Amino acid sequence: METVDPGVINLIIFVLAIFVGYYVVWSVTPALHTPLMSVTNAISSVIVVGALIATGAGGSWAAFLFGFLGVILASVNIFGGFAVTQRMLAMFKKRG
Amino acid sequence: MSANLAALGYLIAAVCFILALRGLSHPSTARQGNLYGMAGMALAVLVTLLVLPAPSVGTYFLILLGVAAGGGIGYAIARRIQMTAMPQLVAAFHSLVGLAAVFVASAALLDPEAYHIVVDGRIKTASLLEMGLGTIIGAVTFTGSIIAWGKLQARFPKPIEEKIPEPVLAVFRLFMSSKPILLPARHVINLAIGAGILLLLLIFMGTESGFVFLLMTLLAFALGVLLIIPIGGADMPVVISMLNSYSGWAAAGIGFTLNNPMLIITGALVGSSGAILSYIMCKAMNRSFVSVILGGFGETGAAAAEEGEKVAKAGSPEDAAFIMENAQKVIIVPGYGMAVAQAQHAVRELYDALTKKGVEVKFAIHPVAGRMPGHMNVLLAEANIPYDVVFELEEINNEFQTADAAYVIGANDITNPSAKEDTDSPIYGMPILDVEKAKAVFFVKRSLAPGYAGIDNPLFYRDNTMMLFGDAKKITEEVVRALDP
Repeated sequence: METVDPGVINLIIFVLAIFVGYYVVWSVTPALHTPLMSVTNAISSVIVVGALIATGAGGSWAAFLFGFLGVILASVNIFGGFAVTQRMLAMFKKRG
Repeated sequence: MSANLAALGYLIAAVCFILALRGLSHPSTARQGNLYGMAGMALAVLVTLLVLPAPSVGTYFLILLGVAAGGGIGYAIARRIQMTAMPQLVAAFHSLVGLAAVFVASAALLDPEAYHIVVDGRIKTASLLEMGLGTIIGAVTFTGSIIAWGKLQARFPKPIEEKIPEPVLAVFRLFMSSKPILLPARHVINLAIGAGILLLLLIFMGTESGFVFLLMTLLAFALGVLLIIPIGGADMPVVISMLNSYSGWAAAGIGFTLNNPMLIITGALVGSSGAILSYIMCKAMNRSFVSVILGGFGETGAAAAEEGEKVAKAGSPEDAAFIMENAQKVIIVPGYGMAVAQAQHAVRELYDALTKKGVEVKFAIHPVAGRMPGHMNVLLAEANIPYDVVFELEEINNEFQTADAAYVIGANDITNPSAKEDTDSPIYGMPILDVEKAKAVFFVKRSLAPGYAGIDNPLFYRDNTMMLFGDAKKITEEVVRALDP
């Protein structure tokens, strides 16, 4: 049998991850929907891995520049997103 | 580090992200979840640094510089931002994810070897498609989020505003208006731009042309602006959730280009999270996603309230204090007005004073109260109101009939009984909080002006309703003062 193309495997992973996301997010309590948005924002900045590769590829200058700018933008989000989520979550307290 | 080891590291990071979302199922586990998220991110970055194509001391130094600069800015903003400004902040952060996706795709186009997407001297067609889609979605997210930020921010702080020349400020004001901007034939324009983008994507896949890529990106930037300007301020919960979703899909698109399953998984998680939130918000307004996106709501039905026979009863804070301190159960209903007036701390004082007098106080939150999902919960938490006295619509709606008083602060449409009774009402069918079932209802409001939907609230004119006209914070503080023994 011929081997499966990596693109197809990626598609399989993608579809399964959507299902995981679907069930996990429905279990999030509505009271925490704002922290949910800020934390998803922070984790989607994991796109920084793409920017890091361009920065450290030693290839064209233009690619380096885009990568470097990408690293800065994503870092704003990563640190800002996690910090603001932590700040919000620390405020949720029980009675007494 | 071998590629297999790196892939396993990425797998652990992806699992951490899933656990981060899972933690949010309850406030008691949420903080631990956030720590998982941070650990996953640290691991993902570390693994990537160890497998860089051409690592050198200089490169690591520059990366450290970039992370420190960006991270420092992000952290400083996160520490200082006011909780009432959270919707704007989230919109601003979404725009950065969108732009970062565009940058990463551009870098991949300029240096495809680094990303292992070259076969026989050409970039793989599938990679071009994924790169193109990631860029388009990222670009729409970027400009769309900036417009959403403007609509939520509404205006710059005074000191900044004074430094901007008047003509420039006028342009900003136009785009920052929470009112919808309705261009003639906007649907045709958007469709044409959308078709143009797809056509350019096809040409790009055939030619690998950087110029076509640039053109496509610019058109997508324009589309992002045009998609969001016709949407009004109170529809922002849907818009922010939607942009949240887009930022996830953009990340997933880039993940396909980089052939990185962790990025694909993360993008899918974020994408479905935003999509579910959009769905919940639409449902809470009884509107279809399409009608929100097409925009223009709140502009058409702005018929003036029929004045004349109907008379609203205005009361004083002292009256409200007297009724509430003799009540057994009071339900407080916060809305966007509480955020605008920064009244959450005054509300906390009211909660304390009433609780001390033995009154049972609960809070009722409508899903679309405020400008983003969960907005009210965060503000109440900020004011140290315990989360176990704060309830969602379905949990508490039956309790209004046993409540002696409902204190509605800065909310209107979400309490409007027309949604149940008047089939002609634009909000007919929207689930509302049944405040009218309480023995007495107090509305803290600036005026009788209708809410966002532009419709009159018949509740204002009922016998058991008392209007407390004025600033939400001031009125609530006066009620608290009147309560003091």
